[in-house]
Amino acid sequence: MLNLDIEHRLGGFRLKTAFASAGGVTVLFGRSGSGKTSIVNAIAGLLRPDLGRIAIGGEVVFDSARAIDVPTPRRRVGYVFQEGRLFPHLDVRQNLRYARLFLPAGSDDRFDHIVELLGLRDLLRRRPGNLSGGEKQRVAIGRALLSNPRILLLDEPLASLDAHRRAEVLRYLELLRDELRIPIVYVSHAVEEVVRLADTVVLMAAGAALAVGSVEQVMGRPDLRAAAGTFEGGAVIEARVAAQDMEYDLATVTFAGGTLTVTDLDALVGEPVRVRIRARDVSVALTRPDRISVQNVLPATITQIGAPRGGVIDVTLDVGGATLLRARITRRAAEQLRLAPGLAVFALIKAVSLDRHGAAS
Amino acid sequence: MALTAEDWEILLLSLKVAAWSVVLSLPFAVAVAYLLARRDFPGKTLFDAVVHLPLVLPPVVVGFFLLLALGRNGPVGSLLHDWFGVVIAFRWTGAALAAGIMGFPLMVRAIRLSFESVDRKLEAAASTLGAGRLAVFATITLPLALPGVITGALLSFARGLGEFGATITFVSNIPGETRTLPLAIYTYTQTPAGDAAAIRLSLIAVLLSLAALFVSEWLVRRATRRMLGQDAESRH
Repeated sequence: MLNLDIEHRLGGFRLKTAFASAGGVTVLFGRSGSGKTSIVNAIAGLLRPDLGRIAIGGEVVFDSARAIDVPTPRRRVGYVFQEGRLFPHLDVRQNLRYARLFLPAGSDDRFDHIVELLGLRDLLRRRPGNLSGGEKQRVAIGRALLSNPRILLLDEPLASLDAHRRAEVLRYLELLRDELRIPIVYVSHAVEEVVRLADTVVLMAAGAALAVGSVEQVMGRPDLRAAAGTFEGGAVIEARVAAQDMEYDLATVTFAGGTLTVTDLDALVGEPVRVRIRARDVSVALTRPDRISVQNVLPATITQIGAPRGGVIDVTLDVGGATLLRARITRRAAEQLRLAPGLAVFALIKAVSLDRHGAAS
Repeated sequence: MALTAEDWEILLLSLKVAAWSVVLSLPFAVAVAYLLARRDFPGKTLFDAVVHLPLVLPPVVVGFFLLLALGRNGPVGSLLHDWFGVVIAFRWTGAALAAGIMGFPLMVRAIRLSFESVDRKLEAAASTLGAGRLAVFATITLPLALPGVITGALLSFARGLGEFGATITFVSNIPGETRTLPLAIYTYTQTPAGDAAAIRLSLIAVLLSLAALFVSEWLVRRATRRMLGQDAESRH
């Protein structure tokens, strides 16, 4: 759906990035200044790279070698900017309708569908100056979608919102992801958003893509921790709800490596979920402990012992041959238990947090 | 203080001349202001200076140049006459042209400032929604610059009502044709016992200018409120 390989120099900053996305949500993740926004601007045609090639849905929209540079209005990208950028002289309906002026007659009109989906019905006659931050972003998302784009670009759409509004808009974004089959490129520096939305993560640092892959592949790699920054080490696991125990408010989820018991999981049986297990919530035992409050005890094999950092050390565990967990334990414990790669152990998981509902496509 | 038939004629002529001067110069002023605000081209500084020239030149000089160029024997004037049978020297149309040229820099300055204050990020957003350059200008840039356009138009209108030097030089002081308010006042001051009429017309000039200022203020406020994107119910 999207192929990008570009080089650009901006003052002393050098952007050199290549990645491809097959669809779904691609999150460009990295600290501010790592070049994320420049990439989406290049996709939209708002920034012309010095060199390279960009293709959207099979159409080459930029190719420096062949002197192709499709102007922004004809690239058919929907762009949701960090600050919304609603047109202040138009009301919400006119903002949403804006792109219609430039669509060929008889194009798909999804106005009502999008308005319902994003809950904009009551806002239609309002003006942007009187909307809350969250409302503005929802209108901006609707406006972009109503231009019938081939790809949706979102540049930190939640950055200017408070925690409450952020949760509100995030819910709508999840809805979009599952309802509309449109590829999304999402710029973010917040782990929470990456884990909840991403199908593919592009980890950016200093203008380059350090790693491209699934959330598990990229966010779980200890060697990328410096660039991933705020990501609290751990594992992200795709699972499916197998059973709900109403009496104890416990749910059982199955994943490639076994089953987990999760508390207060608000999901239906059969529903796919994405759960996160933080390294500090995982302990290691050499024998299966009995008479213990921890509900999740999984047999595992040590695959890697990380480099010690102060008093702690991260141990990577293979669970059921398919899933990697990480345990953060003290260096002394690792020495006392003589932990080494290949050793069979038990992973004691104290807490499992739910990261996302819905299809992981 | 009743107005005589002659006073009415002077008043209406002045309004006609000033209004036409605005209508004719507005499209050019918008184009020039946009060029100056948004484009870089060789000779921009010189172009900017030429546009501002009427503001600093003695009006009589402007009027004299107009006469040289557009008079019956002038290079442009003779062409206009021979090809189209149009004469503007010593006609009210000439007065409108003179007023338009004298008010042009004021108009351009106001409009240019408002173009410069339009957020270019909104224009970029419009382009991602499919709007080409012309559409962006018509639907985003111009509407957002509207307060400046109104201010510029009314400044130029007021300037046109008061135009004297260029007008009297270019189109002379012909009763019923080119004798606008300031020219009439001047004429009365040169006439024995003309003081009463001069005072009457001067009062009209004051009232007209005040009215123009009030209308401008009102329109700008309305347009600004729209531009800030506020709901009707939040206006207090």
